[in-house]
Amino acid sequence: MDAIRIKGTDDTPAVTLDVQNGVFEFSGRSLPEDVTTFYAPILDWIDEYAKNPGNKTNVVFKLEYFNTESSKLLLDVLMKFEGISNTGHEVLISWCYMEDDANMLEAGEEYSEIVDIPFENVSY
Amino acid sequence: MKLIYDFHQTMVDNGFSLVYEGEITHQITKAFTAIAENNMITEAEDSRVKKRVFHVMVECLQNLTKHSEEIQSQEPIKNGTGVFIVGKKEDAYHIITGNPLSNDRIIPLRDLLDNINALDKDGQKKLFTKVLKEGALSDKGGAGLGLIDIARKTGERLDYHFEPVDEKNSFFLLKIKVTRDSDEY
Repeated sequence: MDAIRIKGTDDTPAVTLDVQNGVFEFSGRSLPEDVTTFYAPILDWIDEYAKNPGNKTNVVFKLEYFNTESSKLLLDVLMKFEGISNTGHEVLISWCYMEDDANMLEAGEEYSEIVDIPFENVSY
Repeated sequence: MKLIYDFHQTMVDNGFSLVYEGEITHQITKAFTAIAENNMITEAEDSRVKKRVFHVMVECLQNLTKHSEEIQSQEPIKNGTGVFIVGKKEDAYHIITGNPLSNDRIIPLRDLLDNINALDKDGQKKLFTKVLKEGALSDKGGAGLGLIDIARKTGERLDYHFEPVDEKNSFFLLKIKVTRDSDEY
């Protein structure tokens, strides 16, 4: 399937969803003007991927900042990957946070309590 | 002219660095947060305080943007669209927002604010997670997520006031304090 490669801006994250190269990554800042429109193609892509997922999917979140509107959509993204995990495919979420960013670490911990997928916290 | 001078002096006396009245859009949000970030960089503000101020501004402006969109679809209101103020004092930044709203929205909003203020850190976390889950499950959910998050990130109570305008409308004022000590909350 075609990869998604979205370049990051000062208010939208960089997103790579690339099956061939095994890269699933969200990074940067997320406070888009219209969160629903921004995340819609991403959610559609994951739905498509869920029909025939790889044996192992490692999704990397390396976000500097996201607003509460984005937090809902990020949960939607995670729930889609949870669906893939529920069908017996291995999914690992790598939640990256800047060493001194306790809020970002906490946000990851909260997501890991809501969705039932293995999470690893990675500081950088 | 005297009015302008008085206005200027009021801003200086209160430490207001930004006062805006009017429609809030995404572009304005970006401009205001960029100004505040630049000012804080110039003043060598602590990075955690910077983040907190940025976050509170984004969430407050987002609420006002939504509100601007809502009232544009209604008849014009003589009390303006909304006000946004950033002030700085010795020990804290203050972010103040104001917007007109119809009286029937007061009770649910006041209940939410009182509920947030009554909860401790753990209770606020639980409420945030609950609203977040509900928001992800329906398009309509998620109301108040920004307010809960502001309270969590600042560790301060949400100071608010409803000023009656006429029989149908009031003006809602919200004041958020971001302390300048760099401890985590």
